[in-house]
Amino acid sequence: MSIFEYAPAPESRAVVDIKESYGLFVNGEFTPGGGASFKTVNPATEEVLAEVAEADAADVDRAVKAARKAYDKVWGPMPGRERAKYLYRIARIIQERSRELAVLESIDNGKPIKESRDVDVPTVAAHFFYYAGWADKLEHSGYGTTPIGVAGQVIPWNFPLLMLAWKVAPALACGNTVVLKPAETTPLTALLFAEICQQADLPPGVVNILTGAGETGRAIVEHPGVDKVAFTGSTEVGKAIARAVAGTDKRVTLELGGKAANIVFDDAPMDQAVEGIVNGIFFNQGHVCCAGSRLLVQESVAEEVLERLKRRMGTLRVGDPLDKNTDVGAINSAGQLARIRELSDIGEAEGAERWSAPCELPTSGYWFAPTLFTGVSQAHRIAREEIFGPVLSVLTFRTPSEAVEKANNTPYGLSAGIWTEKGSRILEVAGQLRAGVVWANTFNKFDPTSPFGGYKESGYGREGGRHGLAAYLKGGQA
Amino acid sequence: MPTISTQGVGWDLSDATRSDAALRRFLHGLPGVDQVGAEARAAALGTRSIKTTAKAQALDLAIRMVDLTTLEGQDTPGKVRALASKAMRPDPTDPTCPATAAVCVYPDLVGVAKETLTDGGRRDSGVNIAAVATAFPSGRAALDIKLADTADAVEAGADEIDMVIDRGAFLSGRYLQVFEEIVAVREACTQGERSAHLKVIFETGELQTYDNVRRASWLAMMAGAHFIKTSTGKVQPAATLPVTMIMLEAVRDWREATGQMVGVKPAGGIRTTKDAIKYLVMVNEVAGPDWLDPDWFRFGASTLLNDLLMQRTKMRTGRYSGPDYVTLD
Repeated sequence: MSIFEYAPAPESRAVVDIKESYGLFVNGEFTPGGGASFKTVNPATEEVLAEVAEADAADVDRAVKAARKAYDKVWGPMPGRERAKYLYRIARIIQERSRELAVLESIDNGKPIKESRDVDVPTVAAHFFYYAGWADKLEHSGYGTTPIGVAGQVIPWNFPLLMLAWKVAPALACGNTVVLKPAETTPLTALLFAEICQQADLPPGVVNILTGAGETGRAIVEHPGVDKVAFTGSTEVGKAIARAVAGTDKRVTLELGGKAANIVFDDAPMDQAVEGIVNGIFFNQGHVCCAGSRLLVQESVAEEVLERLKRRMGTLRVGDPLDKNTDVGAINSAGQLARIRELSDIGEAEGAERWSAPCELPTSGYWFAPTLFTGVSQAHRIAREEIFGPVLSVLTFRTPSEAVEKANNTPYGLSAGIWTEKGSRILEVAGQLRAGVVWANTFNKFDPTSPFGGYKESGYGREGGRHGLAAYLKGGQA
Repeated sequence: MPTISTQGVGWDLSDATRSDAALRRFLHGLPGVDQVGAEARAAALGTRSIKTTAKAQALDLAIRMVDLTTLEGQDTPGKVRALASKAMRPDPTDPTCPATAAVCVYPDLVGVAKETLTDGGRRDSGVNIAAVATAFPSGRAALDIKLADTADAVEAGADEIDMVIDRGAFLSGRYLQVFEEIVAVREACTQGERSAHLKVIFETGELQTYDNVRRASWLAMMAGAHFIKTSTGKVQPAATLPVTMIMLEAVRDWREATGQMVGVKPAGGIRTTKDAIKYLVMVNEVAGPDWLDPDWFRFGASTLLNDLLMQRTKMRTGRYSGPDYVTLD
């Protein structure tokens, strides 16, 4: 036993009540689905958590009709200040049930309880509070006050509840109704959110939640009754959605992949930069579309930064997501783990040098040790493709202009980070980076008041802030 | 100036102290501290959950790290005798309870503390005597007075000297003066056969910025400090988690550079077990487990000890005792 060994500090599971099976949430009620049901597992243990209904085309049709009816009869005509009351109520219930939501999120997703408790759930509540505030002030939005109609929303598994909040809160605030599909590996918190909608007495049909996989998502996107499509997920699926809605009058916002550059200059606050690098790529196991997966470090300090980074990575605690001292949890699915392994092996085969933090990984479940690659060049696949896991590619640069060129040399453009003590350099470099979000001396900070979205293959449209209203008001994007 | 091994470092630290200008260049060339990031990291470490066996371990370690302190104008021999007895046997009902690292008093009371701690010279309790010196707490006196103050405490039997830096000189950029004063006090810590360890107090509440804390840390380590200490306890804010973290980073980096270990002592404002454990987590994860030892980390505190003792009894018996079940200082 070392001098100071942290004893296990597990968060209690008793606060959540996971049912054996779950139906679809349509028109304010839970109903069975037409498709074959599927299982959702705890990625940290591979334990089956529940059977979840799969929505087929008929279920989608039912949900869209319910949403349309709610839009026409109740939610669309309702004054903004009345809609706001529901949103405030939902936000408060989320706060009241925050422990339950956090534990369930960690069980279903594999993320550490520390993050679901301190980041995901508080940000979810903040998002509903923020957009509740907009509901009766839309005349000041700059996009008019007219909602679009029925929104079909498809969200990913990395931040199941937070992505739901990013989609549902602005849609509802603007007077739209929604049909939302959570990811097939992480449906449970969305279904708990459905219960919260019931608890808040939200009128039936305003929020409909359909579980299922790609086919269900496609049926929602292609349904003629859907006026607006919002998607967060892979660039590949995003492109398919863009093709599917081409030629229709549906509006689309896409928030897709990224390969963010985290740029560390030689005059950076070194210890905080190392924290920022760690937070940028190992937060949420690197399952973050805006993760700082490419570290661009100035050559004159590269050795020192790497030494400090490796030492810091050695203190990351990988393991049971429900342990309050866990820093890095489980990879969300076997499929994602296989992809991370494949790309890491390719990195090695292409000649990059692999280093993983020394840590013991649990024997069951899906795990990948925090890893970095050095000797990476722009020509390596691990410098170009999104790995979506705890894998950092380290590249070096000599001058600020080279840093900018390398940072921009990617098909993506979602986020970037700049580390320097020099304010003028922050402004100069930030202005040249083609990325939707640029963080200065920090990384992976999210706030409901701040718009978020991408350039190029990272998608289009913005979520969050006043800009986030544009996607859900007729006077917004064309 | 003490010899500093610069093996494998690539920089010669003795060059840095050649002139005021050279020292300023060196200290201002240290990497900056981003305040927001540093505070966020310190707060994040504060969320660690230390329970059961880990907590029991932390409690005993924390007790062993306490410099049980009384630094009041109203201190009397009686008060210091009581404090010294308590330092040796913090929990008289439990012989397994460890002693504290030291008692910390004004120089004129060192003799009284020594009398009690050594039972009149008949045995060694293992509890050190730390004395504040150098015109504590303000440090506003001429150098010869500060040196005499130090020598007096060492001769009276102090094992450790807690000196204060000249904050006026530091803030006006006269770093070399601060450096030379620390070097001189360190020399005064050796009186004949006796040699005391030197702790250098920055009064971080007066230095204000984390950049200053980092510079003061390097300055003191270059001048030969055995320990660097946050505060006198007389100025608010005293010890804080982020300030202590900056100092732990400095001693960690100093060891990387020179191979030498320097201790860290947060003092003032640490009153609860919960706080103490946050500090231990920070030591463990920032400087590393090598510093989890009373030789390398101390708490300057008075009321903290009783809270540690109450928590310790709770761990042992499952019940909270009241304040009447721990002794008054």
